[in-house]
Amino acid sequence: MKVIKQILGGDLKRYTMVVALAVLIGIFNIISDGRMLTSSNFQNLLAGNAYVLVLALGMLMVIVIGQIDLSVGSVAGFSGMVMAIAARELDLPWWAAVLLALLIGLAAGAWHGFFLAKLGIPGFITTLGGMMIFRGGVIWISKSISVPAPEQLKWFGAGYLPEWGPKFTGMNNSTLLLGIIGIAAYVVSQLKKYKKSAEVTGVNEPKWAVGARILLVGSIIAYFTWLFGTGREGTSFPVPGLILLILIIIYHTITQKTKFGRNVYAVGGNKNAAALSGVNVARTYFITMMNMSLLAAVAGILFVGRSTAAGPADGTSWEMDAIASVFIGGAAVSGGVGTILETMVGGLMMAVLNNGLMLMGVGADRTQVIKGFVLLAAVAFDVYNKRSGRGSHKIRTK
Amino acid sequence: MDNNPFILQMKGITKEFPGVKALDDVTLEVRRGTIHAICGENGAGKSTLMKVLSGVYPYGEYSGAILYQGKEMKFKNIKESESAGIGIIHQELTMIPELSITENIFVGNEITKNGLIDWDEERRRTREILKRVGLTLDPDMLIKHLGVGQQQLVEIAKALSKDVKLLILDEPTSALNEDDSENLLDLMLELKSNDITCIMISHKLNEIARVSDAVTVIRDGQTVEHYEVEAGKVDEDRIIKAMVGRSIENRYPERDARIGEVLFEVSDWTVEDPEVEGRLVCKQSTFNVRKGEIVGFAGLMGAGRTELMRSIFGRNYGIYRGGTIKIEGKEVSIPNVSTAIRHGIAYVPEDRKNLGLNLLDSIRKTIVSADLEKIIKHGLIDFDEELKAAVEYKKAVSIKAASVDMGVTTLSGGNQQKVVLSKWMFTDPKILILDEPTRGIDVGAKYEIYKMIHVLAGQGMAVILVSSELPELLGMADRIYTISEGRITGEISRGEADQEILMKRMTALAGE
Repeated sequence: MKVIKQILGGDLKRYTMVVALAVLIGIFNIISDGRMLTSSNFQNLLAGNAYVLVLALGMLMVIVIGQIDLSVGSVAGFSGMVMAIAARELDLPWWAAVLLALLIGLAAGAWHGFFLAKLGIPGFITTLGGMMIFRGGVIWISKSISVPAPEQLKWFGAGYLPEWGPKFTGMNNSTLLLGIIGIAAYVVSQLKKYKKSAEVTGVNEPKWAVGARILLVGSIIAYFTWLFGTGREGTSFPVPGLILLILIIIYHTITQKTKFGRNVYAVGGNKNAAALSGVNVARTYFITMMNMSLLAAVAGILFVGRSTAAGPADGTSWEMDAIASVFIGGAAVSGGVGTILETMVGGLMMAVLNNGLMLMGVGADRTQVIKGFVLLAAVAFDVYNKRSGRGSHKIRTK
Repeated sequence: MDNNPFILQMKGITKEFPGVKALDDVTLEVRRGTIHAICGENGAGKSTLMKVLSGVYPYGEYSGAILYQGKEMKFKNIKESESAGIGIIHQELTMIPELSITENIFVGNEITKNGLIDWDEERRRTREILKRVGLTLDPDMLIKHLGVGQQQLVEIAKALSKDVKLLILDEPTSALNEDDSENLLDLMLELKSNDITCIMISHKLNEIARVSDAVTVIRDGQTVEHYEVEAGKVDEDRIIKAMVGRSIENRYPERDARIGEVLFEVSDWTVEDPEVEGRLVCKQSTFNVRKGEIVGFAGLMGAGRTELMRSIFGRNYGIYRGGTIKIEGKEVSIPNVSTAIRHGIAYVPEDRKNLGLNLLDSIRKTIVSADLEKIIKHGLIDFDEELKAAVEYKKAVSIKAASVDMGVTTLSGGNQQKVVLSKWMFTDPKILILDEPTRGIDVGAKYEIYKMIHVLAGQGMAVILVSSELPELLGMADRIYTISEGRITGEISRGEADQEILMKRMTALAGE
């Protein structure tokens, strides 16, 4: 146990969810006779859930500031629909239509942000209103009919990275390159951390622990590189997956390494103390809400691309999946707690569950029931964990 | 009734938390019909002892025996201790603001008739009990419309409604002003004459001196001193000595003040109450602070000291209605907190937990939180710089914690305050406003904070010290302003100041 602890760098509880996810994948793989861990299944899983995970990125920040956004599904549906209609009926080029969708997202977010930041109306109410307004809007402008999307968008929602270079690698070379970059970046970051932490604290982590950690994470990346890269001809790591990956890096950096990110946590932890430390609370609320709707538009674009048409019901109850991902990832309802990476693990948990149950032939009805239980179990486990770690203290409620 | 003179005897109480012995063989004996004071530094184990007594920690989780009215008690929860006649008034008020006085008093113990609440009877009883604590209020008034002092009294009334025989008051006057405190102490004396025993946990030695019949001092989870006293003859120095385990010759460190030019000037500062239209909380306040000077602000609760400081600090409170600020002779406009920080003003708020800290954060994140720009490179926070700063301050102000990654909630009050001070020192301020910097902090930590303040003033900072404790102001400040009802009513130099003069000016009516 101590060895494992050293390899993972201390706090084991942080990895409980990751381990649970791995176990879940393993179990499904056994039950489905190996159909879980196949190239095509994982390509589908990632491409088919990227939009929810994109939503969860924004939702994490919204929940950390102590708010909630119920409108994201409607906003995603609305911006996707505007994009499809603009391309089809106004003959806008596809990129202009995409830009328009993103602008709609920003505007919707500014709308929600205004009511929250300037008028102090809780996000729950503001976005409940938004949920109805934009859902009604989708149905209205589409006249309840699906609108085909521009061809080029399919690449965003369901495309694969290009094939190039030598054949002897035995896999898609774009995916291979991605995997190599991933491993290299991880190795470099670990070595840097190792060196720096020794400089500042004077305590050296054992070298073997760092090595074992690099080996462990490296082989996981290598395995998935191989899995995504060796599908049938013409497939690779999916484009929506790549977009998600880039967004994860951006948002992880924003939340952990920028002033704005710190402000988000400060406002969620104690907004009065934040205000007295020079944080502009209203501005933080506003930007976070605006960012959420912008990401909702991105999710809408990805989804329309994948389904090749914008439908009037697109986005229905997506907010629930996004919120569930954030809470399974360990965020606190009272705000101030939660990270992008944990949220992504939470989201993948839901995605794997959906996918695995589908492979087992479990119907959507029972899948829904199981997901509900998993959400409760995950959060209960998290609460229990935190409570047992803090002696006699009760769960913090505000 | 038996002949045992003690209403309560706690014998050999030991309570352990994982890794810590919070109480170690503590003995407490309380005579019937007395007021018994318990003192000790923060973290000494006073509150834990009271939690053992009231059943918050149930029988079995501690060792030792509790004899109450001659019988051994094995409380499993608060309900059981309550029904035995032990009532506890917590430091933090536990009233529900949106409910009426009656509803609060009877919450959980509603009087019913045929399954429905008998409002007439509840109101009648409420009026009766309120009279006992000296309040004449409408029983239907909402708690949120009462002042803190009144709420405290209602809290006691609630305990009385449960036919309490032993009343525990945990720092009962910490949130009260002088008048309300006096009231409360008088009430305790009256309860005593009605044969209700009180246990009072308090930091305030003068209050202990005034009312208590016996004193028990706890230090590091052990009883170190216990003696009976005649009311009014408590030896304060003896208590302090026992509390800290050493004698503090001088409660305030010596200092050689080097006072320079006027650094900070506020003129005609006027602020309106954000809640009550037309009510001014600061009325044309004018004052100045020199380089290296410690300037005290004295005023009763509600006089407008905090309001004045918070409105100066980037208009964080109230509606600005006029006035100017000059720093180093230049007039500056400070419309928000971040501008205030940029101009070198730092404000350490009085309410540490609600205004000073994000309790979810670690020491490390807290220390840099008011000036992130300082550790940002190319738009990104430099974690190494952050760690370096945190380690440096932890050492410089000796924050007692295993590492800088510890959460601030795990720290004692004194150490939390050191973290908050570090956070503001990190901004390199020129003007440091300290609002009740030693509230709820034990004597030893207070002394350390005083020393820090001296060091900062010695570096040429202009320090403003707002305090409710007159001895603290007299011991620390070079000059003291008094505030009453939003107006500055006096400016007294160190030489001429004494408690009497200050109190006179603090109670001077505006305009006099």
